[in-house]
This record gives sequence, C-alpha cells and structure tokens, in this order.
Amino acid sequence: MFDDRYTLAYKRYPYKKSADQDAATPVRHPVVVMGGGPIGVSTALDLGRQGIPTLVLDDHEGVGMGSRAICFAKRCLEVAGRYGCGKPMVDKGVVWNIGKVFNKDDQVFEFNLLPEEGHEYPAFINMQQPYYESFQLDRFEELQKDGAPIEIRGKNRVDNVEVHDDYVTLEIMTPDGPYTLEADWLIGCDGASSPLRTMLDLDFTGKVFQDSFLIADIKMKNDDFPTERWFWFEPTHGGGASTLLHKQPDDVWRVDFQIGWDVDRKEEMKEENIRRRLDAFLGENVQYDMVWSSIYTFQCKRMDSFRHGRVFFAGDAAHQVSPFGARGANSGMQDVDNLGWKLGMVIRGEAPDSLLDTYNYERIHGADENILNSTRSTDFITPKSEMSRVLRDAVLDLSEKHEFARPMVNSGRLSVPCTYDGSPLNSADALDGPARSRPGSVCPDAPLGDDFLLNKLGDKFILLTIDADAPDMIEEAGIKVERLALSTADDKTGALRERYLGDNDKAVYLIRPDQHVAARRPSFDENQIRAAIRRAIGKE
Amino acid sequence: MTDLILTPNIDGVDDFYAELIAAHEGLSKEDSDALNARLVLVLANHVGDREVLSQALKAAEK
Repeated sequence: MFDDRYTLAYKRYPYKKSADQDAATPVRHPVVVMGGGPIGVSTALDLGRQGIPTLVLDDHEGVGMGSRAICFAKRCLEVAGRYGCGKPMVDKGVVWNIGKVFNKDDQVFEFNLLPEEGHEYPAFINMQQPYYESFQLDRFEELQKDGAPIEIRGKNRVDNVEVHDDYVTLEIMTPDGPYTLEADWLIGCDGASSPLRTMLDLDFTGKVFQDSFLIADIKMKNDDFPTERWFWFEPTHGGGASTLLHKQPDDVWRVDFQIGWDVDRKEEMKEENIRRRLDAFLGENVQYDMVWSSIYTFQCKRMDSFRHGRVFFAGDAAHQVSPFGARGANSGMQDVDNLGWKLGMVIRGEAPDSLLDTYNYERIHGADENILNSTRSTDFITPKSEMSRVLRDAVLDLSEKHEFARPMVNSGRLSVPCTYDGSPLNSADALDGPARSRPGSVCPDAPLGDDFLLNKLGDKFILLTIDADAPDMIEEAGIKVERLALSTADDKTGALRERYLGDNDKAVYLIRPDQHVAARRPSFDENQIRAAIRRAIGKE
Repeated sequence: MTDLILTPNIDGVDDFYAELIAAHEGLSKEDSDALNARLVLVLANHVGDREVLSQALKAAEK
C-alpha cells in the first residue's frame, strides 16, 4: 500500500492516527499543504507564525536521503531567518569565495566572489539538503510547542482531489486505510513530478535537456582539499563533458559529472564505475569514502498558471530549472515568501481574493527569470550548435589572459531574488534613487548598530523613513502600517545611504510583509502613501 | 545614445584588411573560426555599448 519512493535520512514525523480519520463527516481545515519537503514545511512556518491553522500531508515520514539542493542563497537564508531557523543553517553551512575555472586540463582563471559587506547573511552557503530540512523541522516543532496551529502527518498520501468553488476535497490513504478531508485552500508543494498537478490534469510545459549528471558525494580521508569551487569544462582526464567539485559540511565533497544522454544508468551507478571516474579525475592518491550517489536529468518547465481557484502550486511542483545557479529550492522559498502574507491577509478578510492572483503574476515572472538564467548557463556548458561551441571555447581561451572575458564564463549564475518590475502591487517610482531598491525589489539588508535592517522590518507592512517626517502609524483599509524611522546619522557604514538614498537626503519607503518595496518617495505624502497601501493589498 | 558607425571609419583600410587576412594565413578552418570568434569578442568588449552591439548584429545579418 505504501511504497517508499526514497530512503529517509531522518525519520521526523512517524505516522500517527488522527481523530480526523474517525470523524463522521470530513473535517474542514483552513489550509492543507501537500508535500513535507523544504517548500511545504516553509509554507507551514509562514502561515503558522501568522496563527493560521495549516496541515501538511506527506507520504513519507521524514527527510529524504541525499545532498540534492546543496546551495542555499542569501534570500533563502533571510526568509528562513525570519521564520527563526536561519542562524543554525549558517553555522552548519560552508561558505566559499574562491572559485577556479578549468578548460580541458588547464586552469584558466581563479576568482574571488568578494561578497558585498553589510548583510547579516552570506551570499550563499553549501549544505546538504537534509540539514536544511531538519533545521526547518526543528523550528516547526518549536512553533508547535509555542502554540502555533501547525501539524504534519506522515504516511498520509493524497490519492484524489476534487476542487470546488470555495473548498477542496481530499481523499487520503494511510496505513489505517483511507479518509477524507476538506480544505479551504490547498497548496501543492509536492515536487517536480507533482501528483497534484497530474490529478488536476494541468499543463507543465518546457524543455527537457538531453543530458544526465552523475552526482557523487565523497568524504575525503585527508583534509588538504581547499574550500573552493572548481569547475572543469571538458576535462580530458576521465570526468565528463563538464565536472563540478565543491565542498559541503562534514568534509564531504560533491562531484557532479556531466555524462551525456545515452548512458546505462544501472552500469554508471555501480560503485566500481563511479570510483573509476573519481580516481581518474582526482588522481590515484586521493583517498575517499563514498557517501551518496545519484543520476539525474533535468528540465526547464513551468505550469501555465500557479493558481487554480482554491489551489496553489509552489516550488518544483510549479516550475523546474536546470541545476546551474541553484535556482530550485531557492526560488521555491521565494514562492512561499510571496504567497504566505497574501493568503494570510485574504483568510483574515483584510484583502480581496484578487490579491492572490498577484502570486501568480509575480512568481511566474520569477520562474521565467530563473528558467532564462539557467537555460543560458546550460547552453554555455553544453553548446547546442557548432558555432555556439566555437564562441564558448573562444570565451574560455580569452579568459585565461584577459579579464574582460571572465564575466562571460557561465557555469551558473547565482540565484538572486527576482525584482517584480511591473507588478500591479507596485506604485510608480517617485524617487530618483538606487535601482536596486526600486519598487518590486527585495530590500537589500544593511547594518544598523549591532543589528540588521531586515530584522527590524520583520514581516508586516512597514513605512520606512530615512531622515524624513511621517506619522508613527498610519491606518488604511483596515491595515495598520507602523513607521520605522532611521537616520543616516546612525548609518556608520554608509550602506543605508548607498542602498536606499543614492543622491537624496531623505526618503520614504513602503515595504511589504515579504520585504519587497511597494512604493518609495522623496518625502511623506499622505494621499500617495494611502493609495500605495491600498494598491499593495489589491484594493486599488 | 551612440549609433553604430556604418560609414568609412578606418584610416589605411587596405592595410587593416591585409592584416586581417594575414592573421588567418596558414590556419585550418577550425583555427580560423576560433580566431574569428575571439576577434568578435575582443571587439565587442571594446565597443561595450549594448545598443551599438545590437545594431552591429543587425547590420551583419544578410
């Protein structure tokens, strides 16, 4: 009845019979989430912190094995930080800044990412996905203890879904047999092969790339390997068409071999064959133990719409990208960040249902940007035409001697949050300020004494004033917007000025609960700010 | 905004043309293609202006 689709790294939520299973009539839940992966659990953290009862259903009982999404970018960590589990992630994760690019067998150049200073979180960390999920589940349990109305049920597999105008019926299979539930809202976070998407017979279109990758996680027996990212284009010493090596916590190294499309998966997955590749690649003297391995192919696809009435899709269920640039889990976290506050407001009756359509608008914008970026990386790594290869090789050749060609080398562009340019929730930009904080952008962090700006913004609407007058609180359309008054006098590093003022002496920003800028002006104008608040909640 | 220059702009154009041909002399088709590709990238970086580069791509299309 229950075939495990994968092995667990940690059993975290063993099956327990729920009273719902014996109820005479199906119990109605405000929000049901399908899938207990990083995106599903984040959804519960977001809604649970708002006091909205959220039930997560997962067909397994914990965290799956395998390093999988190993690169977690700044925005993802900032969101996790807001949920209360960002710190342990950074403590556990590996930060690297030095990267080396090789072509054939020669090093072409070395780079230092030199991350911008004045942010609480690093540009990204490397960390095995099971750790990420565990830290989220630790936080989930903490919130439960503090009374948050969230629950996760293991071995609860959704077998059928019926979508009505104002609720959804779910038929669920458990080790004790089937039961039925109702949900006001259903969120599908059930992964790339989303059963929910199939049940609702929804389109998922795009491009399958004809390539496969062999991943090997290995534990080095000596620790003289540096904490750097090494990327080989076409190594001649046994790797694959391209090979990536980077470090994870616990002295584990991740090696990704691009091995082509027509491969015998069974044969390639044999330990002796993986070792043959690794030995040829690393040299005979490097001693290691195998930790985990897998073969994957990838696709760049998305659904036509991420909202279908009372049903939403988030994460890989909604969109998939190639692995270059770490845009899978990272973009899924931005989905949750975007949907959480909107669904919360609609459930509380503070905003119209149409606000939820902007989840679709904004996150499709994000998905398209991610698909574009990862497709470009894929095309650079595996050129699709003869001339595309000639130009790619020309870039690599030039990059050895000439600095100008190095930014053209594309082995994955690091995931940065999408700016929702053109979103219906934005008010026209009224400040001639820095482009990076224009309406639609996520707020760049900045140091404030011992703390950081993003912590002070939190997850409510905020009127941020920098050396500008404004009331301490403004109430509009039932929403209370508090003011956060800052001054450049306290801006010791100058980061606030650089990131929010530019050449202006003062500025007023309206910030959304997901810390994106809704509006900005050179000074407080009550009518304009009130209109911007209404617009940002879908009431204008 | 700068426009792509499509009027004569190289002093001693015969010399330049001869230099260009000479650079390819004795090269295989593969090496010549690679040289052209590197040259395009070097020149494109020198131009820098995205709009001018787009105009140049259009002008080069038949």
